[in-house]
Amino acid sequence: MGKELFNPGEKDALDRVDGRQKVTGAAKYSAEYQLPNLAYGVLVSSSIAKGTIKSIDTKAAERAPGVVGVISHVNSIKVPGFADNEHPTEPPTGGRPLRAFYDNRVYFNGQPVAIVVADTLERAQYGASLVKVAYVKEQHTTDFNANTGKAVLPAQAKKNPKSSLNDYDRGQPDGYKTAPVKIEAEYHHPSEMHNPMELQSITAVWEADDKLTVYDKVQGTKPTQRAFATEWKIPVENVKVISKFVGGAFGNGLHNWPHETAAIIAAKQLKRPVKVAITREQMFTMVGYRPQTHQKIGIGATPDGKLVGITHESVGQTSTYEEFTESVLQQTRMMYTSPNLSTRYRLLPLDVSTPIWMRGPGEATGAFALESAMDELAHVLNIDPIEFRLKNYTEKDPDNNLPWSTKYLKECYQMGAERIGWNKRRMQPGTLKEGDWLVGYGMGVGTFGAHRGGATVRAKLHADGRLVMQCAVTDIGPGTGTAMVQIASTTLGIEPSQIVFELGHSDYPMFGNQGGSSTVNSVGSAVQAACNSLKQKLKDLASAKNASLTTADPKNISIKNGQLTITDNSLNVALADFFKQNNLQEMEVTEESKPGQEANKYSKYSFSVHFAEVHVHPKTGQVRVKKVVTGADAGTIISWKTAANQMIGGVTGGIGMALQEDAFMDHRFGRYVTKDFAEYHVPVHADVPHIDVFFVDKPDYIVDPIGTKGLGEIAIIGVAPAIANAIFNATGKRIRELPITADKLI
Amino acid sequence: MIQFQYIRASTQKTAIETTAKDATAMFIAGGTNLVDLMKRGITTPQKLVDINNLPLKNIDASTGRIRIGALALNSAVAENKLVLDRQPLLAQALNAGASAQLRNMATVGGNMMQRTRCPYFYDTAMPCNKREPGSGCGALEGFNRMHAIFGFSDKCIAVNPSDMNVALVALDATVHIAGPKGNRTVPFINFHRLPGDLPQKDNNLEKGELITAVEIADNPFNKHVHYLKIRDRASYAFALVSVAAALHLDGNTIKGVRLAMGGVAHKPWRLTEAEKALVGKTVSEGTFRQAAEIAMQGAKGFKYNSFKLKMGPNAIVEALKTAAGIV
Repeated sequence: MGKELFNPGEKDALDRVDGRQKVTGAAKYSAEYQLPNLAYGVLVSSSIAKGTIKSIDTKAAERAPGVVGVISHVNSIKVPGFADNEHPTEPPTGGRPLRAFYDNRVYFNGQPVAIVVADTLERAQYGASLVKVAYVKEQHTTDFNANTGKAVLPAQAKKNPKSSLNDYDRGQPDGYKTAPVKIEAEYHHPSEMHNPMELQSITAVWEADDKLTVYDKVQGTKPTQRAFATEWKIPVENVKVISKFVGGAFGNGLHNWPHETAAIIAAKQLKRPVKVAITREQMFTMVGYRPQTHQKIGIGATPDGKLVGITHESVGQTSTYEEFTESVLQQTRMMYTSPNLSTRYRLLPLDVSTPIWMRGPGEATGAFALESAMDELAHVLNIDPIEFRLKNYTEKDPDNNLPWSTKYLKECYQMGAERIGWNKRRMQPGTLKEGDWLVGYGMGVGTFGAHRGGATVRAKLHADGRLVMQCAVTDIGPGTGTAMVQIASTTLGIEPSQIVFELGHSDYPMFGNQGGSSTVNSVGSAVQAACNSLKQKLKDLASAKNASLTTADPKNISIKNGQLTITDNSLNVALADFFKQNNLQEMEVTEESKPGQEANKYSKYSFSVHFAEVHVHPKTGQVRVKKVVTGADAGTIISWKTAANQMIGGVTGGIGMALQEDAFMDHRFGRYVTKDFAEYHVPVHADVPHIDVFFVDKPDYIVDPIGTKGLGEIAIIGVAPAIANAIFNATGKRIRELPITADKLI
Repeated sequence: MIQFQYIRASTQKTAIETTAKDATAMFIAGGTNLVDLMKRGITTPQKLVDINNLPLKNIDASTGRIRIGALALNSAVAENKLVLDRQPLLAQALNAGASAQLRNMATVGGNMMQRTRCPYFYDTAMPCNKREPGSGCGALEGFNRMHAIFGFSDKCIAVNPSDMNVALVALDATVHIAGPKGNRTVPFINFHRLPGDLPQKDNNLEKGELITAVEIADNPFNKHVHYLKIRDRASYAFALVSVAAALHLDGNTIKGVRLAMGGVAHKPWRLTEAEKALVGKTVSEGTFRQAAEIAMQGAKGFKYNSFKLKMGPNAIVEALKTAAGIV
């Protein structure tokens, strides 16, 4: 089945190395560690959006059966790092993250204000229901649409003149206004909530007064280790972070949240391990979200389709205590040749919780506006949307004038157009029908920087030919272990079944966060380096006994079925014997791999194109996405099944973004009303059609030595506009406010 | 969750007696709604009387009617041959509801008893007259996208969430009820209530009364039927609007018709006036459109649900067209 999903035919794709563990329940997630004397924590959250806590009545909860403690700002032990005015966890955002149980301030509705700990989950839940909180309310401001005029330039931009968040002009500011053909439009999407299958959870254990172990759902074990060491003012090596399996994270594990500190406080204060898994409803306020954003685009071109200018303005939502920014405008700066280009980025702080990156962060938001506007202008110009993009294709990055490391976007257009049957698309909207249903085709482009960071991998080769590698990286779902096994197998020749990649533990060698589509680029390069280092060691040992092997090409060294072979010089020996001859039990290397200066001479991006065929019922407004073709120029594809899996997941998320997801807040209370899966819709199987995935699969050795560029983000970036554009093509209705629900189409 | 007592009733009589005499006792069958409500502290029974062992699962067709036991599972009814042959509209409506997993647990009686899905009802930190009489209606000036356009009061604008109920009201079903004072029957259309001043009361069941069966008299609506549900995704979502349409045709002439809507009122909404307007007419889109206009008389939208005033009649026309086979 795997193969037909992405149809490369000749590719022999590896199954997920941990697939069996995941589908049999053997995989252990953060909330599944059963420790002696474990207690369960349930968070009580605020029911006002702004003010102070007047009093907390915990008597009934404390008397409830099984309850071992109720902790709030009233009685919480002092977190040593909280004493410093700066929040110790060094947030990836500006400002200062919420300090759990630090004082009586309420910053948003749904803020954790107390934790009830009991000997069972149910008793903790019951205890939590008995806590009565009295507030002194203050006037809150949560209404984004009513306050967009009050948005400000982010402090991060003010502090750093080089920040890409600053106002930017290329050519003449607002140059689009001089174009013979131009449009102006405003686009909006609501906040979209992080709702991976696994709820955010942590099990915290104080092994000693200054030794902390957490089983925590995070995207980086090392950054979390550092954060908690600073927070509790204990040595970094005294903190262990274990995150072996993560049931989807999509960005919400890139920040340490109050529920984590709450669990650690409770474990310390009550002197026993404490587990906290937040509820689905708490996911809506406690672990970040894609912030609602209002965008304006002015775009103009000559009648024959050459862009004259684009002005793109974005206002995003953030909290009052933290400043979350994202790169909404980057794609606009580099995707098309436009002599005049202006971007403006503003933030609106409200009495809400802090947003965080969510798959294709910023870019997915920006691409919705940009790729919709490109489609709108193409329609006005009466030019095919692909042709319009080709007329404005960039052969180098217009943002910084650097050459692309690689760019195969044209190939993506061509392959995608063929697969969807773009020739069936009518230029005139609303003219293609199937029965009563209107049929439309649309496309959208996505891009994301090809990032690479430093990574270290330890690799141990055993005498029986098994290879065991370790790295602190997490796997939030893309199949990191599988890709790493594939790289090691390709490099060393060892069968995948004989290779183990251990991850998700802060004791392992260094890697930061799994985020920004950089894992394979970074960790994969370190895996290759470690495997090459093993080869070099093997060759050195072999050459010591046989000088003719000194000139052997490392490419021709391989280990298969426990046999070490150096083909061009005809060494063929059982690895066990070879180790014995050299008095070795095993061979271990640790290699760090990081980008060099050379890469800075290029502009490095992954690209994706998404095509959608939609059917719309003109009377009932129902939309059915009938087919999606999605393709990527992401460099070398390492693991075909998991890569296709990423694309399918990204498109599914994009369908949700385009048609369904809507966190609706009642501003009278500053409280979300659509906060469970009955009201907050994400796609079900019936919403997701066949998704035809293709890859260009051409290496980019400037980004990294294995030729990859990153895939996770571009899988969703550009999907929502592809669907919106297809709906326009079907109906002639341009919906600029997501989600495009049936009521907007009747 | 608060602590509660759980009793498994072995006879209908003890089930009813136990529940009738204890103000805090409730029946539980599939539990697909009640358990959620208990988890959230919306409904807090101190005693649950499990009726799953009572012999109320049968579906049979004795003289001229289908009798469906109150404990028949939604999935069992939807695939039952008698139902598919004689009352396919009911099967269609059942399959439009919830998910396969839920239909495998939910019973017919339980489906009738499910509470509204109004988010203010579900959030104990928000006002809701249905949950806490006198606290106000959060939806009236709040998020009312899913809410009523017919029959609401200033106390409550919630809707009944069931699909099955829409088909049953269209099919003139009869509800069989057993209670401490004996047995009685209620026409389906009178089972559910409009909110009025008592939005906390969804239906006319008295304390201790138990639904034992629903009956549908044989009718000529076994051929030209359609249940159309418009929702925010292709499956597993509550109706924005839904329409149950059944036609009895003689050639192109409408000899009889049944029409009801879901997602528009506190109870499944029968469209009697529209039905009257259709009888004797010839099948055509224009005829259906006229009936749909009549059906919508008296409808009133709120801030976020006025689209139903347009989607509603369109859905009526489309459902009738599909039922008549003129799509």
